[in-house]
Amino acid sequence: RDVQKEIGDMVANNKVVVFMKGVPEAPRCGFSNAVVQILRMHDVTYDAHNVLEDEELRQGIKDFSSWPTIPQVYMEGEFIGGCDILLQMHQSGELVEELQKVGIRSALLGAEEDDKK
Amino acid sequence: VNLLTRNMSGMAGPVASIIERKLTDMLKPSHLQIINESYMHSVPKNSETHFKVVVVSESFTDKKPLARHRLVNDVLKEELSSGVHALSINAFTPEQWDKGRQVDKSPNCMGGF
Repeated sequence: RDVQKEIGDMVANNKVVVFMKGVPEAPRCGFSNAVVQILRMHDVTYDAHNVLEDEELRQGIKDFSSWPTIPQVYMEGEFIGGCDILLQMHQSGELVEELQKVGIRSALLGAEEDDKK
Repeated sequence: VNLLTRNMSGMAGPVASIIERKLTDMLKPSHLQIINESYMHSVPKNSETHFKVVVVSESFTDKKPLARHRLVNDVLKEELSSGVHALSINAFTPEQWDKGRQVDKSPNCMGGF
């Protein structure tokens, strides 16, 4: 098994990829949950990988990113950060911009149609 | 001014002390807070597995958040590859700190380890 290659493919094949503990419907870590909730607020579709189910992936992603903790968020193959960074970006409005850069319209931007009523 | 927040029994554990020393030596912070948050997680009492650090340093000037976090991770590389399991980082420049940047509250544990 080539975990590094697998991870490379995972982050290359999806716009937004999250490596987390548990699954989005049932996170098993407060930090992972925070990431899930933030992405939900923006209504982002993403690929989630549960490191608790896969020890090799759990260590592999830390080596791949040179980042020691979980959760980890990737956008268009680029490592964005963990929970702290995502929260900071969400609070500053930067997350909406980053999502825009990868062609995702954040739900927090509101519906354009409403303005035309 | 250095502040080391003691854990619930009033003593700084060995890992917290090492973290304080390394961050002080490498980043020369004007403000430093190390909070052992292990008690918020499903680990044994007196564990030193989950930390929050608040670091205010000129070293962070002109560095984006990710670069700042990588800097801190690098200083604490050994601890992060042994017992320290989670590290919440709040990294500010002295200017940002003086303007009253907020430290975020860490989320609750949800059982997994």
